[in-house]
Amino acid sequence: MSKALQQKLTARFGARILAATSQHGDEAVVVAPADWREVHLFLRDDPSSQMQMLIDLCGVDYPDREPRFEVVTHLYSLTKKHRLRVKTAVGDADGDDAVVDSLLSVWRSADWMEREAFDMFGVRFAGHPDLRRILTYPEFEGHPLRKDYPAARTQPLVPYREGAGVQGKLAPFGADEGMPFGRQTHGAPGSPEVN
Amino acid sequence: MGDLTRTHVVEGSEQGFATTRFQDLLGWARKYSLFQYPFVTACCGMEFMSFASPRFDMARFGAEAPRFSPRQADLLWVVGTISQRQAPVLRRVWEQMTEPKWVLAFGTCASCGGFYDNYATVAGIDKIIPVDVYVPGCPPRPEAVIDGLLLLQDKIATGDRTPGIIKPRVDPKQGQLVTLRTPADLEESHAALEAKVKRLGG
Ligand code: SF4
Repeated sequence: MSKALQQKLTARFGARILAATSQHGDEAVVVAPADWREVHLFLRDDPSSQMQMLIDLCGVDYPDREPRFEVVTHLYSLTKKHRLRVKTAVGDADGDDAVVDSLLSVWRSADWMEREAFDMFGVRFAGHPDLRRILTYPEFEGHPLRKDYPAARTQPLVPYREGAGVQGKLAPFGADEGMPFGRQTHGAPGSPEVN
Repeated sequence: MGDLTRTHVVEGSEQGFATTRFQDLLGWARKYSLFQYPFVTACCGMEFMSFASPRFDMARFGAEAPRFSPRQADLLWVVGTISQRQAPVLRRVWEQMTEPKWVLAFGTCASCGGFYDNYATVAGIDKIIPVDVYVPGCPPRPEAVIDGLLLLQDKIATGDRTPGIIKPRVDPKQGQLVTLRTPADLEESHAALEAKVKRLGG
């Protein structure tokens, strides 16, 4: 559906479009972080593209890859009724240096999505005026959707109550009751799996 | 006042009167005048609305009036998932309530975190505030919630502060509940009925 758009992008940017894929009718292109904003600006303004809507912007963590994080946008044109996905890869193995240009000046809706990607993955968006955490709280350490964030690590804002029956699951529940889906690994601060 | 176990009705007087202990009278009065603060955060709220509405009708149990100031409430319903970020708010609401106060954990999330076993969720509100009655279920059935409220009322009347839990109900096996009737079945039961009528009448 957006094949023509992919070709147009390749014609315009040449080798700067690192890859163009199509799967199950979903087209995607991969660009370098340096071209991130320019490609999006083109996609918004070009008459054959007219992507008025930034549907989503998110991060993805591939711990085995280098660069480690992908930043992905989903675009939609309200007039042309076509979609495109744009990806780029940033960050070294430790998750540092994950920086890409902010799209806030291209679409206002990028504001909170970029804050979310920052909060969850630690990807920073250069030029974002207010890059604070949005889902977690300012006291939160680390980025919870990184694959190396310990799955059982919680960072309570309120100190947990002390005493028998409080530290474990809870007083009247048996070990097999109440939480059939979870790992049942949540401990209070101080227990081994929580730091 | 028939509910009070230690109440004695004194016979013989014209008006009739009863003696009881002050604590029992107080418990009896409290259990039927619960002013509740619904702290509703997630999908369990739907079940709570249905419980509060006429079909299940919590007003029957004297727990009708919601107060949207914790200072006027003595029963805190924690309905839904509590995230770490929300925990200080819940704690503050509970602290603002006047004594005596009770807490009911509505649903699996409030009871123990449910399947939200992750960085974002408090695995059970009893990690931050004491709970009197747990009603697990995702969401709990209205019957379970009614059971929970009645259990809480019992606890209030007897002054029992140990936590209680409403066990999830087990569905009866299919077929025990519904028996499909065939015409032959009907004939049979007709015949049995007639025989019975004959026996009784004859
Ligand atoms: S127990 Fe189930 S229904 Fe209730 S808040 Fe949690 S997920 Fe939603």
